[in-house]
Amino acid sequence: MRITAAQAMAKCLTAEGVSVAFGYPGAAICPFYDALLETDIRHILVRHEANAGHEASGYARITGKPAVCIATSGPGAVNLITAIATAYADSVPLICITGQVNREQIGSDAFQEADITGAAEPFVKHSYLVSDPNDIPRIFKEAFYIAGTGRPGPVLIDVPMDVQREEIDFEYPEKVDIRGYKPTVKGNPMQVKRVYKALCEAEKPLICVGGGVFAAGAIEEVRGLARKMQIPVITTMMGISAFPSGDPLFYGMIGTHGVKTANRAVQECDTLFLVGARVGDRAVKTPLALEKTTRIIHIDIDPAEIGKNIGADLPLVGDARLVLRQLLDIAEPAKHDDWLAHLETFRTEKVFADVPAGTVNPKLFIDTLSKAMPDDSVICADVGQNQIWTCTDYRFEDRGRFITSGGMGTMGYSLPAAIGAKLAAPQRTVCAICGDGSLQMSMMELATAVQHEVPVKLVVMTNTRLGMVRELQTKGYGDRQTAVFLDGSPDFVKLAEAYGIPSMRVTDKESMDAAIKRLAEDEGLLLVEVTVDKDFPTL
Amino acid sequence: MKHTISVLVENHSGVLSRISGLFSRRGFNIDSLAVGPTHDPAVSRITIIADGDDYTVEQIEKQLNKLVEVIKVKTFAQGECMARELLLVKVAAGADKRQDIMTICEIANARVIDLTTGTMTLEICDKNEHLRRFEELIAPYGIIEMVRTGTIAIQKGAEVIAPKK
Ligand SMILES: Cc1ncc(C[n+]2csc(CCOP(=O)(O)OP(=O)(O)O)c2C)c(N)n1
Repeated sequence: MRITAAQAMAKCLTAEGVSVAFGYPGAAICPFYDALLETDIRHILVRHEANAGHEASGYARITGKPAVCIATSGPGAVNLITAIATAYADSVPLICITGQVNREQIGSDAFQEADITGAAEPFVKHSYLVSDPNDIPRIFKEAFYIAGTGRPGPVLIDVPMDVQREEIDFEYPEKVDIRGYKPTVKGNPMQVKRVYKALCEAEKPLICVGGGVFAAGAIEEVRGLARKMQIPVITTMMGISAFPSGDPLFYGMIGTHGVKTANRAVQECDTLFLVGARVGDRAVKTPLALEKTTRIIHIDIDPAEIGKNIGADLPLVGDARLVLRQLLDIAEPAKHDDWLAHLETFRTEKVFADVPAGTVNPKLFIDTLSKAMPDDSVICADVGQNQIWTCTDYRFEDRGRFITSGGMGTMGYSLPAAIGAKLAAPQRTVCAICGDGSLQMSMMELATAVQHEVPVKLVVMTNTRLGMVRELQTKGYGDRQTAVFLDGSPDFVKLAEAYGIPSMRVTDKESMDAAIKRLAEDEGLLLVEVTVDKDFPTL
Repeated sequence: MKHTISVLVENHSGVLSRISGLFSRRGFNIDSLAVGPTHDPAVSRITIIADGDDYTVEQIEKQLNKLVEVIKVKTFAQGECMARELLLVKVAAGADKRQDIMTICEIANARVIDLTTGTMTLEICDKNEHLRRFEELIAPYGIIEMVRTGTIAIQKGAEVIAPKK
């Protein structure tokens, strides 16, 4: 079949089962946009390319498959970079398609020319600059394979405009064979046995779940193993919601902003079993001290993560789901009553501090919200205090899901990620929780949600400050506050109205309860502004 | 400590920039990097001399392996490989010094590859240490230009580094 390369690109997406793509057009990507019209792919027009990437990211995190974002050459492509880096840091599979100037113009500083493969190199799992249109089918096949297998990540395909226009013979390849890319999936059986033996020998074992458990789709397996062997569980920020918050074996999130029980558990365990957690510096501050006192077992699909931040006594390279299944196959029920009883002593009742009149305790808001929301809700937290409040106080049920920008901490992520997540799971309630600073980094996406009728819920914690930075200045710089005042912000309730989005303001218990009821029950879009005291602390 | 690392990569444009980018980005120190084709036209071979402890070398290997176009990575154990560098040097030497320089060349296994009334251009291919010694011997005569390649290395004995990962 003779078709243009642009049509071939569109057919490749269809062949990969893509039904939604997020993007923003421009001259250099017009041939591809034209070809997209001939497919059933639903195009979501974003209002900034970074959000195309974040929306694809939210979508991919829910479907577990690579999601597609599209930008034009030059400024469009460069605008994508923040999203590419954000996805890379959290191992989210993206296919980023960019237009490029004509081949003979490359290197001439042509209008809207940017070396995007060069610029994005540090943040991609792989990238292609297509020079031969005949390579399109193979490159797309490889790109989806690379993005979605092993440790997932973004793959960039940069296609010059004249390449898109040329005609090729189209046939979508069935298989890929990349000499240098053969990810390990199954765990070495001998090593699996050793890991099991170590778990049996441990008196105070602890499982630390990271984002890799979602990437591998290993939630059932990790819960199964923990329950069968009665091993307590903690998570990193990326692992939140992999284990139900109310489970007696669950002790919360570790790290700088983690909870005391979780951090104590890490200090006191004798064997730490890391599952798809890379031990980032925000999760474990002193890995060197920890590896001296604790036996470390580390499962990761990426061999480079093992031994990078923390030395592993028992490294095990493989897909978390397969490895945990291998372990479950041999595991016998066990008990750690003393250890669990000991950990119980660290648990504390939540107390919600009183706050000035006209404001609401954001932690209480989130705690209350989580009790009202449907069990399978998807919660997207932004970055800053709002994120930590959500991490520590939202109680996830069995089927709940938490999404945030963990590795990069990219402000503005939550709203676009929620839009993507909602498109991936229209039947689930999806709620973004952000700050008044972070919302202003992506609030143009309210239009995207309206235009494409994506009924997400949005909670804005308005403390009129870049709260987390303000707190840093309070604690670390003698309270010399600078550049953290958000004066000039719009009235978010009115802003929502301007977009035709229903909205409410929460200033007290009564309005809080009313808003939460609507967040949990309304069908459509809803923005809730929560008034928070400017000095309310993170922890 | 210095390590010699051989990397087989797909012969694509852009591979070298990915590799050099990885080294600078992750703060790995490299003394030299040499790249060229192999007998398989689809595969290039890069030899890297890197400085660092065992942890660093392990990280370098693992990070290189993550690059999709990297087919194989091998760090040579001490004494496991033969390594060579090429040095070209132009010396400001008139007729009076020629004989001395030629004697040094003869002993050091270097060659004179060009001659003018006021200059001599020398070539030597050897191990890094020998090149350094040669440079020291020649320096007093007045080096006016010098250029050298990075190290390339091959395994001793019958074993080879073949493109399978
Ligand atoms: C793109 C980006 N720029 C800057 C930062 C640094 N930063 C981290 S938290 C934060 C403040 C966030 O303010 P806001 O969204 O209002 O949330 P709050 O902390 O008040 O809940 C800033 C500026 C960041 N993480 N991302």
